[in-house]
Amino acid sequence: MTTLFTITDQPISIEEVVHKVIRPEAGAVTTFIGTVRELTNGKRTLFLQYEAYVSMAEKMLAQIGIEIKERWPEAEVAITHRIGRLEISDIAVVIAVSTPHRKDAYEANRYAIERIKQIVPIWKKEYWEDGTEWVGNQLETKAYPKGKPEGEDVV
Amino acid sequence: MITLLFFAYLKETIGKERLQLDASSMTVKALKQQLASDYGLDLQHVMVAVNEEYAVDDRVLQAGDIVAFIPPVSGG
Repeated sequence: MTTLFTITDQPISIEEVVHKVIRPEAGAVTTFIGTVRELTNGKRTLFLQYEAYVSMAEKMLAQIGIEIKERWPEAEVAITHRIGRLEISDIAVVIAVSTPHRKDAYEANRYAIERIKQIVPIWKKEYWEDGTEWVGNQLETKAYPKGKPEGEDVV
Repeated sequence: MITLLFFAYLKETIGKERLQLDASSMTVKALKQQLASDYGLDLQHVMVAVNEEYAVDDRVLQAGDIVAFIPPVSGG
């Protein structure tokens, strides 16, 4: 049996995720592939560590699938997110959406990644050349170098 | 007893990923306040999930609940 919404500690096969949504009714498949970026605002990442509350994260991914069905009833969605240590350019997440026509496939796929960054309990720890930081919000603009919010974030 | 789960920087700050606590009939809000004061944490932006579903502050906890403290997520 294939599972549409998965957290794994193994490398992700794009092909495998795509094949979960391919079907005769579909005329379009979009994929989103999230990879590990080396430079963020000029700062060099050495590698990342992803952590998840796995059982809940898989439930939340499935919930995103339900939300997509409500908005795009003809869409099929599969999402796999990797956790553990990832090197530069490793694939962290693959989202595949199939629909009868392309417009919905693009829109539904975009919706999925935005929701992942809001509700799915997965966290990213950056390992820089000069230290480590848990990325503290889904916009990837805020980190807590001392392990918790401080300064202007503590009001 | 209820089980508390911690992730990411909370796990590192508290030094544990799991705690058992007799917090039955406490609200989520009261539990957050107690933890914040016990460990000197700011939990203002931390969401709480009870039995793998996001819970509101006035949710009353029951024996056997699994309460997860969820810092702002950064997947994707």
